[in-house]
Amino acid sequence: MHSQNSSKDRQTIMIETRIIRILEDIVGREHLSTADSDRLCYSYDATQRQHRPDAVIWPGCTEEISLILKMANAEGIPVYPRGAGSGFTGGSLPVEGGLALVLTRLNRILRIDEENLVAEVEPGVVTRQLQKEVEARGLFYPPDPASLKFSTLGGNVAECAGGPRCVKYGVTKDYVLGLEVVTPQGDIIRTGGETMKGVVGYDLTKLLVGSEGTLGVITKIILKLLPLPAAKKTMLVLFDSIDGAARAVAAIIGGKIIPTTLEFMDSTSIDCVRRATDLKLPEAARAVLIIEVDGEQAIIEEQAERILQLVAPLGVVETRVAADAEESEAIWQVRRSVSPSMRKVNPDKFNEDICVPRSKLPEMIRTIDAISEKLQIPIVNFGHAGDGNIHVNIMVDKAQPGQGQRAEQAIEEIFAATLELGGTMSGEHGVGVTKAPYIPMELDPAAVAYMKAIKRALDPNNILNPGKIFLQD
Amino acid sequence: MKRTDRHKKLEDYQPQIAQCVKCGVCRAHCPVFGEEGREAVVARGKVTLAQALLNGEIEADPQVAENLSKCLLCGKCVRRCPNQVPVDDIVLAARREIVARRGQSLFGRSLTSVLRRPRLMQVLAAAASRFTRLLFRRIPQKSGLRLRFPTPFIDRQRSLPALAEKTFRSRHPEFITGRSEQPLVALFTGCMVNYLYPQIGEGALQALAALGFNVTIPKDQGCCGLPALSAGDGVTASELAECNLQALGKRKPVHIVTLCASCHSGLTHHFRELGPDYAELAERVVDIHTLLRNEGLEDILLQLPQPEQCEKVTWHTPCHLRNTGLDEAPQQLLAALPTVEWVKMHKANACCGLGGTFSVYHYQTSRQLGAVKATAIAESGAERVATACPGCIMQLQDSLDQAGLPQQACHVLELVGEALAEKQ
Repeated sequence: MHSQNSSKDRQTIMIETRIIRILEDIVGREHLSTADSDRLCYSYDATQRQHRPDAVIWPGCTEEISLILKMANAEGIPVYPRGAGSGFTGGSLPVEGGLALVLTRLNRILRIDEENLVAEVEPGVVTRQLQKEVEARGLFYPPDPASLKFSTLGGNVAECAGGPRCVKYGVTKDYVLGLEVVTPQGDIIRTGGETMKGVVGYDLTKLLVGSEGTLGVITKIILKLLPLPAAKKTMLVLFDSIDGAARAVAAIIGGKIIPTTLEFMDSTSIDCVRRATDLKLPEAARAVLIIEVDGEQAIIEEQAERILQLVAPLGVVETRVAADAEESEAIWQVRRSVSPSMRKVNPDKFNEDICVPRSKLPEMIRTIDAISEKLQIPIVNFGHAGDGNIHVNIMVDKAQPGQGQRAEQAIEEIFAATLELGGTMSGEHGVGVTKAPYIPMELDPAAVAYMKAIKRALDPNNILNPGKIFLQD
Repeated sequence: MKRTDRHKKLEDYQPQIAQCVKCGVCRAHCPVFGEEGREAVVARGKVTLAQALLNGEIEADPQVAENLSKCLLCGKCVRRCPNQVPVDDIVLAARREIVARRGQSLFGRSLTSVLRRPRLMQVLAAAASRFTRLLFRRIPQKSGLRLRFPTPFIDRQRSLPALAEKTFRSRHPEFITGRSEQPLVALFTGCMVNYLYPQIGEGALQALAALGFNVTIPKDQGCCGLPALSAGDGVTASELAECNLQALGKRKPVHIVTLCASCHSGLTHHFRELGPDYAELAERVVDIHTLLRNEGLEDILLQLPQPEQCEKVTWHTPCHLRNTGLDEAPQQLLAALPTVEWVKMHKANACCGLGGTFSVYHYQTSRQLGAVKATAIAESGAERVATACPGCIMQLQDSLDQAGLPQQACHVLELVGEALAEKQ
């Protein structure tokens, strides 16, 4: 089902020289390349698949992007917008060649409005960079995808990125107030604005957030900011079963506390960490919850205490409460060491990010364990328990015959189980190319037709990020 | 006799290349990418190019060479990589591969970089004559300094240290007696200390003498080979290694000390892959600060009389020491100096921007990285910035000079030497 890497495809450049010259005139010669090394280095993202674009173009402003899209639309050239290229589903892969439209030169924070708690940024700003700037002013931009030190806000918006803090603070779409967008036909439009309220016309902002670069190229983003919480407190709770950990999540939320983060690791993740690092985790621990609360110091002390009371009867093996930033860091180190340590299980991983209603978490984990056992493939689960978002890592060795196939069977069975429990096959990674084949499992044909009608109306020549979300007819 | 390269081939790195999953973490850490913003210069891009070279998907063309030349070998990406892909080793192997296929012309004497910088072409003639006469008359063909400053390419704007009146090795006998119970230490000077900064070597001798070591300074030692490796010239690096193997092993020293972070990695990390004899010698190589600290120089320094006024000094961490976890010892020595008031600077661990031959071919990017450091040094309020790598010293001094700042860059060993001399 997954197409093979096709780095050898498209050795020759398909765009006419005449068009290349015009594009060079638009952005300046130094901002367009047809060199093999650049075409190779913009052929991939974190999915590890490769598709070479015909040319790489680095526009410097909205107007240039408008001209590029007008040209591409007239000539029928595919355009693939791209930020840091760190996506997990192939959203930025130039699957049909054409232009890799790299937006990282648009990397200015245009303003931070401390009175209205709003920031306006260009799409190439790295997420962490904005967070640093606003935090220096006592403000807060909560979405925190694991890639925040290198992924761009444009990519975060296009994919509607999440992160651990989303339990309490919501995902990227909850912070986007307005956008400037170049349409597939090259028009420059503004959606939404900078007010907290606004109901004039369709909510195009919400439509564009998470549209994976298929409906327009985002060129400016207006983001909502919050006051920076005064303090935070991190706790590590080890449970003797995943059931206990899952019931703890329900108990905390049921106790009317929404922690900032509520991360879990299953027993396979714990084994990985044990094997790969010298972090001390007792043998009896079969599940881990990392719980963080933030707010005023007095309130979080009280919340932390209450959380520990709530989870105490649920098979707690050990509890660690961080006294300072250093101890908090040590706790997060446990969580962060999972991903790198997984390679020791098997060299290749299929990384899925299903999301189920949080009460269904224990059932989902049990189902995944059963699938893992049945197909004899290790599956490592960890992620955002607080919002039911599980990172399911199916670990295989593609060099072994049949393993890739069994992994795909596992994915299909996991998706089916997820949907049965009322969940979704992707909480925060998007569809791109890797999940496109499974779309009919989740969306009914009429809903897909509705989406495709929007795409066709806005991009009649199908030039903007073609080959994504929907399988070709 | 046929000249051979004893280093590993690019294809030997296939398993390590395959470990890169293109996650993009390196984008947050690569200093060159931070300045240039192009995927072909970031670690995962270079690994992709290396793989494509192996697969035959790409020619060893000047653009590939240029992208692979844009690596400081600082190792920051390796430290931060979730899969610990040894990007620096892969880049070096890829450079050797390109040189093997296309000859040395793409590195070391890279035309592409010059052709892209017309201003540099204009100064070519003038600079060549000036530097040839000034700098290169007394420096042997195989010194790393020749690769660090391939004469025609030296940027006119760069400020360079004056050449030592008398090279460090010619000032001293090959053997200096210490206390009889103390072991023999071989001093590997490195090119920069020998030709440009002999005062660092003097500081080293004073420190070793304070601990009573017997010292040998082998006359026929050569360049550590790192600049040659950095230029993709594995053949020259292999020959230099053979020469050093003989020279340094001659008197069977217990320790072989290096004064330069880059020389240390040249004689350890890059030595080990050359064969068992080399690996055995590499085991005896120690960064001088580590040896001095382990042997108790800290206590000697702490007992020195406190001067009336301390000098404000800040610290810059050399990448090659940090990568190997050897950056603590020089800082401990610095902290023990009663003559020094250590003031902290912002981003002390950020790369200075020299990166072996990098700054020769990519001087503008190198300068931008250096400018950030110069500002940080000035803001720290220090009079001098101390470090433990002569390469860093040259780059830091150039950055300070370019910024019109009065601060001086120096080696921790110079400060140690000065403090010990004051006592006498």
